Amino acid sequence: MKLTICWLYGDTMNIYGDRGNVLALAQRCRWRGIEAEITTLGVGEELDPDAYDIFFWGGGQDREQIPVSSDILGPKGETLKALLEDGAPMLSVCGGYQLLGKHYHPYGEEQLPGLGFFDAWSEAGPERFIGNVVVDSGRFGTLVGFENHSGLTFLGPTAEALGRIRVGRGNNGQDGTEGCIRLNTLGCYLHGALLPKNPAVTDFLIKAAIKRRYGVEELEPLEDDLEVIAHQQAIKRAVATG
Amino acid sequence: MRFDARLGLAIAAGKLSAASIRWLGRGGGTALPGVLSNGLDPDVLDKLAARVPGGCIVVAGTNGKTTTSRILAETLERAGFGVIHNRSGSNLVRGITAAFTEQVSLGGQPAGEIAVIETDEAAFPEVVRRTKPRLIMLLNLFRDQLDRYGELDTIARNWRETLDGLDPSQTLLINADDPTLAAISEDSPAQRLTFGFRECQYTLDHLPHAADAAVCRRCGASLIYDELYLSHLGAYHCDQCGYQRPDLTFGARDITLDGLDSGSLVLETDQESLAIQGRLPGLYNLYNVTAAAAAGLVLGMPGEVVQAAIGDFQAAFGRIERVQVNGRTLVLVLIKNPTGFNEVLRTLAMSEMTDPVLILINDLDADGRDVSWLWDVDAEHLAAVEAPLYTGGIRSGDMAVRLKYGGIPPERIIPLGDVAEALDPFIETIPEGGTAFVLPTYTAMLRLRELLHRRGSVQMFWEQ
Repeated sequence: MKLTICWLYGDTMNIYGDRGNVLALAQRCRWRGIEAEITTLGVGEELDPDAYDIFFWGGGQDREQIPVSSDILGPKGETLKALLEDGAPMLSVCGGYQLLGKHYHPYGEEQLPGLGFFDAWSEAGPERFIGNVVVDSGRFGTLVGFENHSGLTFLGPTAEALGRIRVGRGNNGQDGTEGCIRLNTLGCYLHGALLPKNPAVTDFLIKAAIKRRYGVEELEPLEDDLEVIAHQQAIKRAVATG
Repeated sequence: MRFDARLGLAIAAGKLSAASIRWLGRGGGTALPGVLSNGLDPDVLDKLAARVPGGCIVVAGTNGKTTTSRILAETLERAGFGVIHNRSGSNLVRGITAAFTEQVSLGGQPAGEIAVIETDEAAFPEVVRRTKPRLIMLLNLFRDQLDRYGELDTIARNWRETLDGLDPSQTLLINADDPTLAAISEDSPAQRLTFGFRECQYTLDHLPHAADAAVCRRCGASLIYDELYLSHLGAYHCDQCGYQRPDLTFGARDITLDGLDSGSLVLETDQESLAIQGRLPGLYNLYNVTAAAAAGLVLGMPGEVVQAAIGDFQAAFGRIERVQVNGRTLVLVLIKNPTGFNEVLRTLAMSEMTDPVLILINDLDADGRDVSWLWDVDAEHLAAVEAPLYTGGIRSGDMAVRLKYGGIPPERIIPLGDVAEALDPFIETIPEGGTAFVLPTYTAMLRLRELLHRRGSVQMFWEQ
């Protein structure tokens, strides 16, 4: 088996160690004997609907988000949305997460339209949320990460939150939610990087990909001693600093 | 000289508080005295700097400023100058003020003829404005894990503004291999001199992940590297507008790294060439050596004094330091940011050593609270190193996972606890008479030195 990982706008939206997520996806494939290839897809490059198995879309600065926002409108965005509707797995963090919603309103700038895949919208907030985060999610157990955002995300009535905030601020600092999940696509504010310390999420994405491409249901378990240590340490640290 | 009562009071306050802090055993007393002095006379730094007869030299850059300014201070001292220097690396305005109040008489007479001032990147504009340096050295600008969004751009913009406000009597010495520094110094009225690598066998195939993409600051096209040496430092040009690396006033060639012990180069100018050998490992240190040697020559120091100062130089606080513990040697190397970490790992990998390595990662304010930056580091360098890799510190787990996903076999990765818990188990793994490497982040280094100091292995840094 072979999976191709598409790092959306990996050349410009790659701050805060986002590379860790892509490495985690690729390595956990390889350790199971699944071949993994990483390709980045930039502004102006066409999205071949059959070429990719897992998508990652990270965060960027506001000024980098503007060309991306205009690139994702039109045929490329339609193709991506159709893939996600069809169950293609994706992790989006921060800026990518915001653009999967209906719109994003940066501070003092024009409102940027989003893809509208999540029933959610975002706007610039008055305060920057910076710190360790622990989330209780039904599906993946606890999730740990580090948030660093001033954008606030609000979920609409049909949206499902990724989880509830135990430590940290989350989507908007008000309603106790963090992130969003729909079909096999996750959006969240968790850097850290997220996937290496939360292998349950990584495996969820890989499992969805091999099922969609090869009809394979089973994913071989891996030894996660070091990941568990890092995960537990991050919880302890978040509780101490939160 | 007219007696300045306000200045005198500020100096006295600075001296007294530094002495009493040390006496109380509370730490180095490197910043509080400056805060007190500044409060009593806000112009204390301007006044004292103006009284230094040989003028001030300011050294700035993300990496290497402590090492470079120390080598330069040593060179000047060997040539017989009394040097005022913020030696402990306390490099914000208050720390620099404290160094000045410590090194003048109560009447405000400087205890030296020349000042070498290492400054933090953000403090650079204010330090330059206040000290009116005769020579400004710019070493590099790298992305730091402590950066907020876009902070590097802001620093470059502020630096350019400062450089544009200099006058022709001032001299700029910049690392021309850094395209950002070359661009922001272009329009400065100061006399601009440059240093860089003219010829170097150690090159990178592509920009490391931790480096920002290099863009031509004139036209916005991507820069083409003819040679890439370290992070985004190299020989470059722009295909679109013809911009290229400025000519090198001081060009290093015959660059040789000798394992983890030393390195050498030949520094060329139009008139002379100077063979230099230093006991500092890594390409990054050879940039520091090039900068310090060039500055020494700019200031008129004889070539043999420059050679001798570099040849005898001992590393600054924790940059590279050898420490004896229970008959074993620990080599301590401070990890400051992704680029610094990359270069340390690259140096270890190139040396083909097999000694145990302990990486200590803390996540306090001074280290960067978000450990995401570990993923911007190319831990993959260590996959080729046949050494056991221990991790410790508050975030030992994150480092262990980073190594695992970097392709290091998990059986070679051993996570330990925080610095105090990790130290003894690690030392026990080193054979009697053997050597091992410890790579700590900033606060982990402070903790480590405190523990080693209690065993009498190291001096605390303000005693050096």
